[in-house]
Amino acid sequence: MSLLIKNGRVVDPANSMDAVQDVLISGSRIERIGPDLPLAAATTVLDATGKIVCPGFIDIHVHLREPGYEYKETVATGTRAAAAGGFTAVCCMANTQPVNDNRSITDYIRAKAAVEGVVRVYPIGAVTRGLGGEELAELAELAEAGCVAFSDDGRCVMNAALYRRAMEYTLPFGAPIISHAEDHELSRGTSMNEGVVSTELGVPGAPAAAEDIMVARDILLAELTGARVHIAHLSTAGAVRLVRGAKARGIRVTAEVTPHHLLLTEDAVRTFDANAKMNPPLRSKRDTEVLLEALIDGTIDCIATDHAPHAGSEKEGEFDRAAFGIVGLETAVGLLLDRLVKPGALPLATLISRLSSDPARLLGLPGGNLAPGAAADLTLIDPGAVWTVDPSKFASKSRNTPFGGWTVTGRPWKTIVGGGIVWE
Amino acid sequence: MGWTRKDLLAMRDLDASEILLLVDTAASLQEIASREIKKVPALRGKTIVNLFYENSTRTRTSFEIAGKWLSADVVNFSASGSSAAKGESFIDTAKNIAAMSPDVVVVRHSSAGAAALLARSLSCSIVNAGDGAHEHPTQALLDLLTIREHKGHFEGLSVAIVGDIAHSRVARSNIHGMRKLGMTVTVAGPPTLIPPFVQELGVKVAYRLEDAIRDVDVIMMLRLQHERMTAGLVPSLREYSRYWGLTLDKLRAQARPDVLIMHPGPVNRGIELSPEVADGPYSIILDQVTKGVAVRMGVLFLLAGSKAEQA
Repeated sequence: MSLLIKNGRVVDPANSMDAVQDVLISGSRIERIGPDLPLAAATTVLDATGKIVCPGFIDIHVHLREPGYEYKETVATGTRAAAAGGFTAVCCMANTQPVNDNRSITDYIRAKAAVEGVVRVYPIGAVTRGLGGEELAELAELAEAGCVAFSDDGRCVMNAALYRRAMEYTLPFGAPIISHAEDHELSRGTSMNEGVVSTELGVPGAPAAAEDIMVARDILLAELTGARVHIAHLSTAGAVRLVRGAKARGIRVTAEVTPHHLLLTEDAVRTFDANAKMNPPLRSKRDTEVLLEALIDGTIDCIATDHAPHAGSEKEGEFDRAAFGIVGLETAVGLLLDRLVKPGALPLATLISRLSSDPARLLGLPGGNLAPGAAADLTLIDPGAVWTVDPSKFASKSRNTPFGGWTVTGRPWKTIVGGGIVWE
Repeated sequence: MGWTRKDLLAMRDLDASEILLLVDTAASLQEIASREIKKVPALRGKTIVNLFYENSTRTRTSFEIAGKWLSADVVNFSASGSSAAKGESFIDTAKNIAAMSPDVVVVRHSSAGAAALLARSLSCSIVNAGDGAHEHPTQALLDLLTIREHKGHFEGLSVAIVGDIAHSRVARSNIHGMRKLGMTVTVAGPPTLIPPFVQELGVKVAYRLEDAIRDVDVIMMLRLQHERMTAGLVPSLREYSRYWGLTLDKLRAQARPDVLIMHPGPVNRGIELSPEVADGPYSIILDQVTKGVAVRMGVLFLLAGSKAEQA
């Protein structure tokens, strides 16, 4: 089996390539890239004229919800949502039921993914047993079972001593700790960002300091232990400043940002739409500007969606009782192309890098570049396609998005995993 | 200009002319209270449901009397002892009630945004009777009507709102209403009870009671909820009352002789208000309650009555 992708604009930031080229895939690997490769070389030819051909996108922050919350999402539906959104690999967070804090759950997720998944699935193991924040999970065995990182995402490990031990203990595994940075005392009872909008709405707000304090703590613990710490869903200007300073001092800290924290502000909460409720909350305009700047200059290493599916009933009631989080896999690429790349605020190559080679580098995952011999995971984009976000058409089981009805230009065209087209 | 909205959700949504229409309508209806037969047929055949998810005596009774004086059929629903207590969700309960074709649903709920949620889910008119710490528009309207009855106008009046501003829907609704009508508003309380960036709503902030009440036309004292102490917002009732309780001495020392004292109730006597002030000559607290019925008649009439007359 071989596939020849003809005449696409190949954007492969890891190899500094941005040119119209042909890509020849042989089996599950990339065979060659070059101009005018002979048609006879392939059994199948795909005309990609006018399309963008790039390394498959990797989302290192996804909630697949299986096991335990199959009514929200499953490995089958979540990976289809990923494929539909142009992602060829996802890392799934540990806050399932039971929690992915032991090998049997990791094995279960991987087995499900092998049978029902359409994109690559890399589990993330819990840091603490049951996400309880009190004792370490069996981290070595989780790493051996295939967990690519450790995180209690959804909760912050408030006990700094325990978190320090987790960082030390995982040092030999090469898998970082991913921090959900939130001081739960400062954020207790809150449903949005603290600011003038929360004051007007009478909705208790979490100050930016609730995030910044824990980012600062985790940077200090990374310095103390020499561990690699990755900060999930950075949302404040203060946290950006802390990460930037830490990187300048050589501390091994990395960070991600979500599309919604780049594109939306706390103003979206004004209608009490629970689809504007997530954690960390939507912040101020100033925060979004600082986040974008940090994404461009590399202070923020990658984009991750924090895809967090919830059933309709968990989102349609009172704002303060609604679940936190939104789905993101199927909207990320279109939104970022339209709202950031199209107006010139974010270079295309940077966007692709932050979605592919950068996340691959952070977690040591295969893919992320199109060098000959690399896994044939590719995302093909139609940059001119105009479409409207219609949640009822999502491949995800859940519909909780604040972007319904947005019309954007640019969307994934075909998603290729291991040489096979998994979505078009 | 007439009333065009389906719902009354928030003072923030209204412009000055709409607020004045509501106040004027209420003013014209208040004489019903002094009639021997307190009944006019304005809302005959209309159904009003009071959907109360939070305890309330004054507001619910006020809406009920208002509806009955206008000849509407008024049904009271409270969350305790109902399907809500059996675990039915708020929105499901509301949709079930809406399926019985009420004309107006008056809703009180502890969650900010609950009234807005009903307004976009149900086709009948929604009146917000208090949603969390967000808004309580009919309270602001009755406060405005009371102030105008005593002062004769709005423009240029100065008001101090004192106490737990952060958790007060009454404060928010009054701030919006008063600012739109050209009044000056100062909010005052310990900094833990003043919400961040409140100045951006167009108010001044004072951290001493004495500074707040000096030379204002109206002092509005807010109730201190006892749970604020367990949240670490104030150290003790004793300390709060010492620094933020309004006593006759403080009034005489700082306030104008014609100042009006208001309170949305229920009053914590001896905490935010000393009994001599609550019952004294400056107090118009019971007047507020009386005006409450007139304001709710006005609101119900504009939402449910005028459509029938136009038809």
